[in-house]
Amino acid sequence: MVSPILELKNINKSFGHVHANKNINLTINKGTIHGIIGENGAGKSTLMSIVYGLYQADSGKILVNEKEIKLRSPRDSIENGIGMVHQHFMLVENFTVLENIILGFEGELIFGKNLDKAKSDLKKLCESYKLNIDLDSVISDLSVGIRQRIEILKSLYRGAEVFILDEPTGVLTPQEVDELFKILRSLKEEGKTIVLITHKLNEIMDLTSEVSVMRQGEVVGHTNTSNTDKEKLAEMMVGRSVLLRINKSEAKKGDVVFSVRDLVVKDDLNVTRVKKISLDIHAGEILGLAGVTGNGQTELLEALSGIRKVESGEIYLFDEKISDQDNYLNPRDLKEKGLAHIPEDRQRMGLVTEFKAHENLIFGYHHQEPYSKSSILQEKEIMSFSKKVMEEYDVRPTSPNLITSNFSGGNQQKIILSRELNENPKVLLIGQPTRGVDIGAIEFIHQRLIDMRDKGAAILLVSVELEEVLSLSDRIVVMFDGNIVGEKINKDVTDRDLGLLMAGVA
Amino acid sequence: MSSVVDKSKVPWWVSNLIVPIVNLILALLVSALFIFIAGENPIEAVKLIIYGSFGYIEGFAYTLYYTTNFIFTGLAFAVAFHCRLFNIGGEGQAYIGGLGVYFAAIHFSFLPVPIVWILAIAGAIVFGGAWAFIPAYLQAKRGSHVVITTIMFNFIASSLMIYLLVDVIRDTNQMGPHTIAVAKELWFPTFKEFGELIGIKVRYSPLNLSFLLAIAASVFVWFLVWRTKWGYEMRAVGHNTQAAIYAGISPYKNIIIAMVISGGLAGLLAINEVLGVHHKIVSGFPAGYGFTGIAVALMGRNHPIGIFPAALLFGILYQGGSEVTFDMPNISRYMFVAVQGVIILFSGALENLFRPQVESFFVNKLNIRKKG
Repeated sequence: MVSPILELKNINKSFGHVHANKNINLTINKGTIHGIIGENGAGKSTLMSIVYGLYQADSGKILVNEKEIKLRSPRDSIENGIGMVHQHFMLVENFTVLENIILGFEGELIFGKNLDKAKSDLKKLCESYKLNIDLDSVISDLSVGIRQRIEILKSLYRGAEVFILDEPTGVLTPQEVDELFKILRSLKEEGKTIVLITHKLNEIMDLTSEVSVMRQGEVVGHTNTSNTDKEKLAEMMVGRSVLLRINKSEAKKGDVVFSVRDLVVKDDLNVTRVKKISLDIHAGEILGLAGVTGNGQTELLEALSGIRKVESGEIYLFDEKISDQDNYLNPRDLKEKGLAHIPEDRQRMGLVTEFKAHENLIFGYHHQEPYSKSSILQEKEIMSFSKKVMEEYDVRPTSPNLITSNFSGGNQQKIILSRELNENPKVLLIGQPTRGVDIGAIEFIHQRLIDMRDKGAAILLVSVELEEVLSLSDRIVVMFDGNIVGEKINKDVTDRDLGLLMAGVA
Repeated sequence: MSSVVDKSKVPWWVSNLIVPIVNLILALLVSALFIFIAGENPIEAVKLIIYGSFGYIEGFAYTLYYTTNFIFTGLAFAVAFHCRLFNIGGEGQAYIGGLGVYFAAIHFSFLPVPIVWILAIAGAIVFGGAWAFIPAYLQAKRGSHVVITTIMFNFIASSLMIYLLVDVIRDTNQMGPHTIAVAKELWFPTFKEFGELIGIKVRYSPLNLSFLLAIAASVFVWFLVWRTKWGYEMRAVGHNTQAAIYAGISPYKNIIIAMVISGGLAGLLAINEVLGVHHKIVSGFPAGYGFTGIAVALMGRNHPIGIFPAALLFGILYQGGSEVTFDMPNISRYMFVAVQGVIILFSGALENLFRPQVESFFVNKLNIRKKG
């Protein structure tokens, strides 16, 4: 009775030095809702992109209905009955629902009978799966929840049997999530298969019949959902691998130097991502902020560093109000007041990758002496400074004239780190300090952060790497869905506790 | 096999020298085909181009005169482009720049000549820059794309100038839509006069002191873009606006600065045309240099050192091309517009067509040499 519809055998995929998928074996049975859970960067999305034909695996086989197939493009996947509902919807904003769905499958040159037929087919689909979509409305007028349903309808219309949903609830309101789950269940009842990628344990428990756990590019567990519970899954997801705990002394906490009161921040789409957060950071301590990506950390960091406007609430630096809903200091002013920020995404924000290394080493401080005098860049000063810090921070190769994009991720991060730490900031905001960084550099970066702390800096460490938060922080708070859901003193916390908090369970 | 070339292993001279030259050769081959189809001998045509642009002193002077204009408009485009702004409005900015030159020369003619020249240069920069400021402001504050607004501003400039030249500042003793001439002592010294000074006899040529101004502008642009805080910030905004904001660099301010400097450089074209050649504003004097400047800048990789040879190449095509159309009855002057088009096509739009092959060829060759 149970037959596999989709099988993956020994799938491997590397990006440069990163082995994103290692010998993945996975069997998805027909008519089930199959959950795939794992931390950020565990390789879930990469794997599903391979199944959807966006990437090609370096090695391994993909079988659909026990027949081996080659997936070179999404079109191959669609023909094999695999449909994908992306995290970011792929819809043309100013087209109607109908136009979006037939896009690429228009059939004939001039719309005529085909269009009418498509419309009546789609209406039937909407009715039988209770999708409740008006085919003639324009996408830009529709909410994210409806847009997601359109993606599902699109896959249905193209004859998908397997639906891959990548973090489908990340952008939805709780009501929309309920609606989505209803739809997914009715799809299952009609014999369709659903693959649900998520990092939220609740969703797995609510919806799935089978679950696979991924960690660091590997499938580390597979079980029927009824045989497991949230605690066990959290353990598997976080892993019990050795903690690289760094040697550090007890923090010598000083006064509160940075504090946040009832902070509310919205993202570019005007969605509230930070919901009344209050935080205090003392001199000489590292406050770790754990949480799964997309729970408001990015917006929080941007607001704290003067990049993003504050919706309401206040931010204080040394008892001086630096931001509220009316005013906010820009990053340059904040730097001058002793606040440094190492952004989460170094290539998007921390660096100009087209610049030479020495240009990035003064980035944000380029207008100050000795780098600039009466607006003219002081080549000699910049070069000797660059050589000095590149040696000090062991940036390899030590060539200030090399274009930054030619450095490895770890060395790019060291460029940012040396630039920001060289200023001896009083407050340091740092996001994902070791994302994509090799192990040697991780240790180095961690040691530098501890040194900064011991010198009396107040550090806010935002990281999705639990091990990192655990090994560096003196105090830990967890962010979930825009709120601080727990505060722990590092000594008495386990990774399991944090895993549960991060998944919004506890 | 389309193998991906590791960019860091490609020597600078391959990507910045060999590749443009390969593109240029291909463009010339295609152009040769045009000339052949038109019923003329391409080799003869090339000979005529070279003779026309270098073969005699007046021809060479004409080549450099055209080069002067292309340097100004090429630099103008390049400066804005470093901030990732596509300034298509060089034509209009140069045209309006003419007003600045004219007013300085007419209203301050009582001052010593060098002072008036400086005022005229300042006038060209201020008027050209002001004309670029409006699209810049609209882009920075309102998000109106400069490509669209600068194109529109070319038309507005053209209409405005025709109105002024017909109804406001026209030389009322003449029929044509142009102003009165500026005082003779303000005319820029020409190559002819310079030739007389050192004993070379030159018949008429429009080449004048502006050529040196163009060289000075090239040095200025190099210094601005790579040696000052402003250039640094403009490039940061151009490459990565998000990072610029992170570093406390204002994109708005830099969009405006880059466009105004760009407009000012385009305005300098009016110095060459108004003080150097016509000695008055004549209608339509920017004559398409503003547009060709875009191709010059792209071909010169937006660097003054590249812009100079690119400007010279277009100078050769303008001057040599007119020589060819003169001697070859089957080649019309539009044929040379087509040749320019082909060059722009190959070095602009198809720039990366052969880049991977050329780069991997050299990378492989160098590797073999290193190993061997």
